[in-house]
Amino acid sequence: MTDLTSLTIAQAKAGLASKSFTSLELTDAHLSAIEAARALNAFVLETPDQARAMARKADADIARGDGGPLAGIPLGIKDLFATRDVRTTACSKILGNFVPPYESTVTSQLWRDGAVMLGKLNNDEFAMGSSNETSCFGPVVNPWRREGSNTTLVPGGSSGGSASAVAALLCMGATATDTGGSIRQPAAFTATVGIKPTYGRCSRWGIVAFASSLDQAGPIARTTRDAAILMRSMAGHDPKDTTSVDRPVPDYEAAIGKSVKGMKIGIPKEYRLDGMPAEIEKLWTEGAAWLKAAGAELVEVSLPHTKYALPAYYIVAPAEASSNLARYDGVRYGLRVPGRSIGEMYENTRAEGFGPEVRRRVMIGTYVLSAGYYDAYYLRAQKVRTLIKKDFEDCFAKGVNAILTPATPSAAFGIGEKGADPVEMYLNDIFTVTVNMAGLPGIAIPAGKDSQGLPLGLQLIGRPFDEETLFSLGEVIEQEAGRFTPAKWW
Amino acid sequence: MNAPVKPSKLIKGATGDWEMVIGLEVHAQVTSHSKLFSGASTEFGGEPNAHVSLVDAAMPGMLPVINEECVKQAVRTGLGLNAKINLRSVFDRKNYFYPDLPQGYQISQYKSPIVGEGEVVIELAGGESATVGIERLHLEQDAGKSLHDQSPSLSFVDLNRSGVALMEIVSKPDIRSSEQAKAYVTKLRSILRYLGTCDGDMEKGSLRADVNVSVRKPGGPLGTRCEIKNMNSISFIGDAIEYEARRQIEILEDGGAIDQETRLYDPNKGETRSMRSKEEAHDYRYFPDPDLLPLEFSEAYVAALKEHLPELPDQKKARFIAEFGLSSYDASVLVAERESADFFETVLAGLANKSRDGKLAANWVINELFGRLNKEGRDITGSPVSAIQLAAIVDLIGEGTISGKIAKDLFEIVWQEGGDPRALVEARGMKQVTDLGAIEKVVDDIIAANPDKVAQAQTKPALMGWFVGQVMKSSGGKANPQAVNDLLKAKLGI
Repeated sequence: MTDLTSLTIAQAKAGLASKSFTSLELTDAHLSAIEAARALNAFVLETPDQARAMARKADADIARGDGGPLAGIPLGIKDLFATRDVRTTACSKILGNFVPPYESTVTSQLWRDGAVMLGKLNNDEFAMGSSNETSCFGPVVNPWRREGSNTTLVPGGSSGGSASAVAALLCMGATATDTGGSIRQPAAFTATVGIKPTYGRCSRWGIVAFASSLDQAGPIARTTRDAAILMRSMAGHDPKDTTSVDRPVPDYEAAIGKSVKGMKIGIPKEYRLDGMPAEIEKLWTEGAAWLKAAGAELVEVSLPHTKYALPAYYIVAPAEASSNLARYDGVRYGLRVPGRSIGEMYENTRAEGFGPEVRRRVMIGTYVLSAGYYDAYYLRAQKVRTLIKKDFEDCFAKGVNAILTPATPSAAFGIGEKGADPVEMYLNDIFTVTVNMAGLPGIAIPAGKDSQGLPLGLQLIGRPFDEETLFSLGEVIEQEAGRFTPAKWW
Repeated sequence: MNAPVKPSKLIKGATGDWEMVIGLEVHAQVTSHSKLFSGASTEFGGEPNAHVSLVDAAMPGMLPVINEECVKQAVRTGLGLNAKINLRSVFDRKNYFYPDLPQGYQISQYKSPIVGEGEVVIELAGGESATVGIERLHLEQDAGKSLHDQSPSLSFVDLNRSGVALMEIVSKPDIRSSEQAKAYVTKLRSILRYLGTCDGDMEKGSLRADVNVSVRKPGGPLGTRCEIKNMNSISFIGDAIEYEARRQIEILEDGGAIDQETRLYDPNKGETRSMRSKEEAHDYRYFPDPDLLPLEFSEAYVAALKEHLPELPDQKKARFIAEFGLSSYDASVLVAERESADFFETVLAGLANKSRDGKLAANWVINELFGRLNKEGRDITGSPVSAIQLAAIVDLIGEGTISGKIAKDLFEIVWQEGGDPRALVEARGMKQVTDLGAIEKVVDDIIAANPDKVAQAQTKPALMGWFVGQVMKSSGGKANPQAVNDLLKAKLGI
């Protein structure tokens, strides 16, 4: 039954509805795939017993004609989402064996709709990273390899486990989170579809916080349609998160296949970087041509403050993180390394519990919020953020429906290749951070391969709460580019 | 309060007079059923960690949600302080590590508080009053409590208070003496209790104050201030200020300089001691809390709260003076505590003729009732004589059924035994005799029995008192004193 793992969610829903197979069979097929793919290190915790129990329940619901929109669909959950009675660590040593007595709003909505949890997925520690190398459980391996090479590549980050597992057919879809590109960059590195919804579209309640004003949950899936299906279950207003927005959740799947005729697509000139690889340039042009052929109108737009986005992001995100991570102090839960005084206990616990990248960002964040530096860094970064937001607003005010850009400046790189210089790693997010800074929705769609056979993605940025347009446009690209599956080597 | 400094408020030092400059930050626990950002109970005295939600314990992924009741209470308090209500305010994070601060930050309001400038009128000795400016009022979370005495090697943490809403009310540095400081806290507490926005229970820590004290030469530039933290008694506040001002003056007069620092007051030794210096002060790294949107409400929201505000002490005092002709002092005594004012209002409501007997009722509440309660160390809420009973006693005096003297006996009976005063007067024959014929008979008898005194009275009118006493005595105190006086005057020819 290994075939079952290559189905899309849409296909699996149909198969379950027609009783061609059961959720238990579907779930078992994925559990076997996970077991066989441990070399990828995508899952940090497998929950087969829970998965089978949920599958059986889904089968019973389906038999009664009472199955929810995701009944029986096996998913992977990023370890940043709190899952009741299931270890949740954010892939940090400091959370140790933390088992939350609560379920995040997003995952509880997935279970409400009948989905099955296969286990918890690897990510960069506290979602800080662009390669999934900062996880305390070790790096995730990308199922994609360069043609003729055995070099193991990163799947991107921070949702590297999610992207890798979806690409390698270990789960039908996965939850992910995106603070500066953590859904879209790994999606682009693994030829999967990842959408970061508008800030406020999904509840942040029960998701381990990295940078509260930027964090947003979204799905990673194998097709645009599957991403749309998952989005509908994940989105929605939550009174427990006052930054979540109270507006109806549309039927995103209905946007798939909708005509994009007459839509204005902005091509931002500032995203044409010096020294950008020709392959990326070519991909971008090609994507634009596909949209044009589908009836969209291309217009050059300007987002003048783009170049300040990355530096400003690396002030705002660490500032919020330094405060959000203060609660990991060894007092109430997680790791505690004793000391002779309370101060020493804090120092020992946090020094041992946090990895180097998290420590770096906590220190940057603490610094930029310090007396005497606040105005020069944090306040200015917030001003830049306002300008970036305004760039997009001006653009949309001129009738632009969506903006097309490359998703990443390169294809996936080798594990350990970019460890030395953190700034080089940060540059991975150059096309994606603006979207978080402006709170807009952005989707990454697989669009082609580079000369070494590695996948490349395009990004579409939409108006606030207009995820539907992104799904419509994404579907056009997906239809033109086709789907990409890695050759199985694991 | 920029009125010229009165000499009595200055402190004499070896080099001349010094003036205190005092400002207070009062932390008042908001009266609400649940905490500022979580649904956990705010009840006092639960088992340790019995009232702790996932948010209060700062579990991963938990988010604060503002409790509207606390917002209302802060706005109502602002209105009670005649303060500017800010329709938009912002919650900030104040970052520091401490075991009783689970989030590693306190959610507070830094640059944009919910309430801006206002003022409080304070009552001083001799019926004087003064105005103290309010700088701001903001909402913030309380911390938990560290327990250091439960284990020889460990400290325990109780998070029941963690996240409970506090209002920090910051005064302007308008206060010039310990008396004024005490009067300010007293008045502030009274206003909060009238509003029902804080129970003002200082013993339970519902109201605590940080006191900033500096000294200067009168009219000179401001001195360096020290902050005395966490005072939870009004009289200690006064003592601490007195000690601290003298300590600073001594240092300055010896040619020293004041270090800006945080100090603690030790009520046992009656002195303040250094807690931490300015150099050791935390860098709180304030920044807007990204988990919370700015707090916004409309003018109409404020207006609706204003409409339902209760009558506050100043208004009540003015009304008592205007309606019943009370002295400013008496009116102040009655309104100082919400319970006393409520008691007096109930007495008023029970009177048959409020405009005639209002002032009499005030005298009875203040002199007889408060006097007796004080003597026995009892509280108005535990008064054995109810407002309705007292109103009946005042009615009986006002309508002339009993004399003031008999009323005191009646009061005593009601205090001891309870009962309906009017029925008691009937049953025990305490009615005042106003039958002139009956009184005249007694008067005649006394005159007839004492011819020598009658003769003396012609040259010594003060003997009149003796005759009055005799008549009252033989009438069992029930004779109408006015009638007795009139009759005696006429008969004795004085």
